[in-house]
Amino acid sequence: MCLPRLALAIALLVSACIVPAFATDFGRPATPEEIKLWDIDVRPDGKGLPAGGGTVAHGKTVYEQNCAVCHGAKGEGGIGDRLVGGQGSLTSDRPVKTIGSYWPYATTLLDYVRRAMPYQAPGSLSVDDDYAVVAYLLALNGILPPEGTLNQESILEIRMPNRDGFVPEPEYRAFLPAR
Amino acid sequence: MKPVQHKVPGTDTVVQTSRRSFLTAASTGVAGALAPGQAISETLADVPPRAPGAPLGARSERSQYVQLARIPEATPGKRDVNPAFAINSKTPLDKLYGTITPTDLHYERSHAGVPNLDPAKHRLLIHGMTRKSIVLSVDDLKEMPTISRVVFIECTGNGWENWKSADETLTVQNMYGLISTNEWTGVTLQFLLDLVGRDPKSTWMLAEGGDAAGVARSIPMTDEIMSESIVAFAQNGEPIRPAHGFPIRLIIPGHEGNLNIKWLRRLKFGDAPFMTRWETARYTQLQANGRARQFQLHQDVNSVITTPSGMMTIKPGFNLISGLAWSGHGRIDRVELSTDGGKTWKFARLNSPVLAKAQTRFELEWVWDGRPTKIVSRASDEKGNLQPDRDTFIRKTGTNALFHYNAQQPWGIDALGRVRNVLA
Repeated sequence: MCLPRLALAIALLVSACIVPAFATDFGRPATPEEIKLWDIDVRPDGKGLPAGGGTVAHGKTVYEQNCAVCHGAKGEGGIGDRLVGGQGSLTSDRPVKTIGSYWPYATTLLDYVRRAMPYQAPGSLSVDDDYAVVAYLLALNGILPPEGTLNQESILEIRMPNRDGFVPEPEYRAFLPAR
Repeated sequence: MKPVQHKVPGTDTVVQTSRRSFLTAASTGVAGALAPGQAISETLADVPPRAPGAPLGARSERSQYVQLARIPEATPGKRDVNPAFAINSKTPLDKLYGTITPTDLHYERSHAGVPNLDPAKHRLLIHGMTRKSIVLSVDDLKEMPTISRVVFIECTGNGWENWKSADETLTVQNMYGLISTNEWTGVTLQFLLDLVGRDPKSTWMLAEGGDAAGVARSIPMTDEIMSESIVAFAQNGEPIRPAHGFPIRLIIPGHEGNLNIKWLRRLKFGDAPFMTRWETARYTQLQANGRARQFQLHQDVNSVITTPSGMMTIKPGFNLISGLAWSGHGRIDRVELSTDGGKTWKFARLNSPVLAKAQTRFELEWVWDGRPTKIVSRASDEKGNLQPDRDTFIRKTGTNALFHYNAQQPWGIDALGRVRNVLA
């Protein structure tokens, strides 16, 4: 066998071996335990909600210790976004977009607090403190009563004031679950 | 020397060039830009003599005569802020040429600073509705087949200064510096989808970053996105810089900058959007009726004249108009220019290469008669999308959307040649 034909034969042999092997050759399997460490997202249908709960009253303490320095004593905003008020402003020339006036899902708030807050030490609050501070923010916006509580079941019953304020682009409607 | 006449392609303009590249336009009969005395006093004897230069270094720096910098910004109207308070940093479009943005000048939008990630310890988890869940290292990705592609990335806030009024002190960098074009190299998303065996019933992919904010977006599994997206580890031929996602970032050509998740560490497949803060409370576009467009993910056709542009001064006579056009829907098909405030239009030249979902450079020669006017560009893409004039755009969208501004950008020019931002 001459050299070029030998090379061709080897190349064919190698590619025949490698191509089907792609699916197993890269990386390593992820274990269920390590996936749990990172799998923090929470969907509006409740998928991903962690077990836990807290009161508005405890949330006030959590807020004052961790959030007020950026978001203001009562969520009026500062270095960080304003979190309270603005209902009825969305058609005005100066819309005020807050949790109460704009955010469509309470689950998104829990997801965001859990993944990104407090700014200097994201993920440092306990799950119960996350629920409590979300409860407090909902209470500041008149969505929960001052004596209210929140947990992985009751959060699914919260209907945010601007729940129907969003219109998905027509080109992705087929990708959205039926309401 | 006898002047040479050139017909400018795609236009009815004829320009004359002499040995010294002075130009006059035969079509208008206006005298050229030669300032009396300017050329006569100059002689080659004024050019400094040649001399041995500086030692060669490990890296080459910019000339001391070239000053290029981004502008950190906190929010519309709050520029040149202490970088600690900046949420983005804008590319100096008015000082760049061609279409490729120098890597250190690529615009930046970060939500919790720039993390310092050790590539040896960084991991990408792919899981959810897949046949198997896997963990990849950066080295794993580098062993896979790669592709390179030149694309723009644009923050949806680009152009957000002009929603309600026009601040006449703004430069094109202030207004349009949230777009850049680079070559990105990495592994195709399709290769990774095949690797994990994505369940075809999974319609959305959550992409999450390893920054403190854990920025996460739901990305619809359209054919376009699945076939064109890249998990990139290199930018303009070098490892991605920290500000742009080192060691790996997602590239979704033509779509909102925020979808191009930096410091990528997780891809999760599901059957519904995850409704993160970024796709609900933030990057949604409030319309005049108080409801917001959601998942407006493509960056629409857009263009802007970069020279002459805001805060520059021009002289009567010959001026070269130059600018950039782009569309998240595909290739730029044509750019038209008006030098009379939108009454009449001419085709601009498109400089090669004209690449889909990358910025395209356009040019046109113009002889300014010295009278106040407005110059403006409008682009169209291969899908037939036309960049709207501002009135049409605002009538449809209102003035509260904050993101996805793509109306035509006129520059006003007064009798002194001062170029200023105007609304229309």
